[in-house]
Amino acid sequence: MEVEFLTFEQSMARLDEIVKILERGEASLDESLQLFEEGTGIVKYCNKRLEEAEQKVVRLTRGSDGEPLELEFQGNE
Amino acid sequence: MNTKVFEVSELNVYIKLILDSDETLSAVYVRGEISNYKLYPSGHHYFTVKDKDGALRCVMFKGSASSLRFRPENGMKVIVFGRVSVFPRDGQYQMYCSSMTPDGVGDLYVAFEQLKEKLLREGLFDVSHKKPLPRYPERIALITSPAGAAVHDMIRVLKKRFPIAKVILLPVRVQGAEAPAEISAALKYANKHKVADIIITGRGGGSIEDLWAFNDESVARAVYESQIPVISAVGHEPDVTISDFAADLRAATPSNGAELAVPDITELRITLDQIASSIERSFMRQIELKREKLTALAGARSLTSPLAYIEARRTFAAALNDRLNGALKALLVKKRSATEILTASLDALSPLKVLSRGYGIAIRKDGLAIKSIKNIAVGDAFTLMLSDGTASCTVNELEEVINGS
Repeated sequence: MEVEFLTFEQSMARLDEIVKILERGEASLDESLQLFEEGTGIVKYCNKRLEEAEQKVVRLTRGSDGEPLELEFQGNE
Repeated sequence: MNTKVFEVSELNVYIKLILDSDETLSAVYVRGEISNYKLYPSGHHYFTVKDKDGALRCVMFKGSASSLRFRPENGMKVIVFGRVSVFPRDGQYQMYCSSMTPDGVGDLYVAFEQLKEKLLREGLFDVSHKKPLPRYPERIALITSPAGAAVHDMIRVLKKRFPIAKVILLPVRVQGAEAPAEISAALKYANKHKVADIIITGRGGGSIEDLWAFNDESVARAVYESQIPVISAVGHEPDVTISDFAADLRAATPSNGAELAVPDITELRITLDQIASSIERSFMRQIELKREKLTALAGARSLTSPLAYIEARRTFAAALNDRLNGALKALLVKKRSATEILTASLDALSPLKVLSRGYGIAIRKDGLAIKSIKNIAVGDAFTLMLSDGTASCTVNELEEVINGS
């Protein structure tokens, strides 16, 4: 799975997995190298997301079709 | 007849002294219903406690009021405790309350307990039904009033702790007759359209009536039925509502609800750092282990493929072996002759060899070999050891020889 499509929850779960496999030390060198690269990539990706995070607040209302409609939340209503 | 004319304040003080010296009035419980309740900016509470036939003015100062476990309201039946005294300025007697407790239980309390019991029996509060909260929710639904401090508190905390999360506000009324229906409808709508990973529903503090929507049965059921985990965050720490029991997690306040919903970005950064170094460490250790293994294997003879190299080493080893053997032999010869010489001289020194050449050894009774006339006196007995036996002797005479021989 491409790193960019992982949710934070999935990223952290995958990192947990990678750490465990590497700590067991049973993977082949090729596998370990792959896991090392994948793990470092996910950490970098997570840090980048934290770095660039900008909180979004929306106000959800029911659109005319009944589907959720996101509006800007001014915060002074 | 007393004809003394009192000043007003004098009489008020006189009455005050009489009331203050009365034992009953100094510590008394009074039961009644609160009316004309006023909380002043000073923090002092002024009210009247009445029954159907009378009224009593009461004051509760800020210090005593801080220990109140409920918010007094008009119509509430209470028991107040304190002393009765006079306020000389107004010439009015009043009750100075040091504590106040609700008298009996109110209708709301009974309703609360009955619903709690019913839903508990139905299993709405079962721990086994509670869903685990996602650790890193990226969409957080707030079902609360868009006005008021609670929503801003929650947004502020969420922004500070986990700005990655998108906040989705589903505005509802949180008090009044329509509130329960709006809250449960919002909970259902959020689930139907899967708008969030976690829901926080609640409101800021208020009276028991203000919080009542969260004690509504339909709200409790909607919270229970939500597929999305729900945090209930109603009022202040001591306020407990039915929706708190039905929720997957109860928060003490709206801010606390936001704290419980998301991880802290600072801690998360530390965790990520730790993960990164753990991955690197494990990987490097593995490389190291593999390298050691490789070195060990490379040293094995079967793997050293170039024959010339083997041949060279074999020749070298053979030469070394020869040299070693030669050196060893030479050493042995040398050692052997040295031993022979040593044995010969030891033999020559043996006292037995000396005796066989006609010498004797004179031995005193205490075992000392006599080497000088100073070792012995005239009349002493001694043993003379010869090559084939011993002779017992006695000293007859001693004569020193000057130049020896």
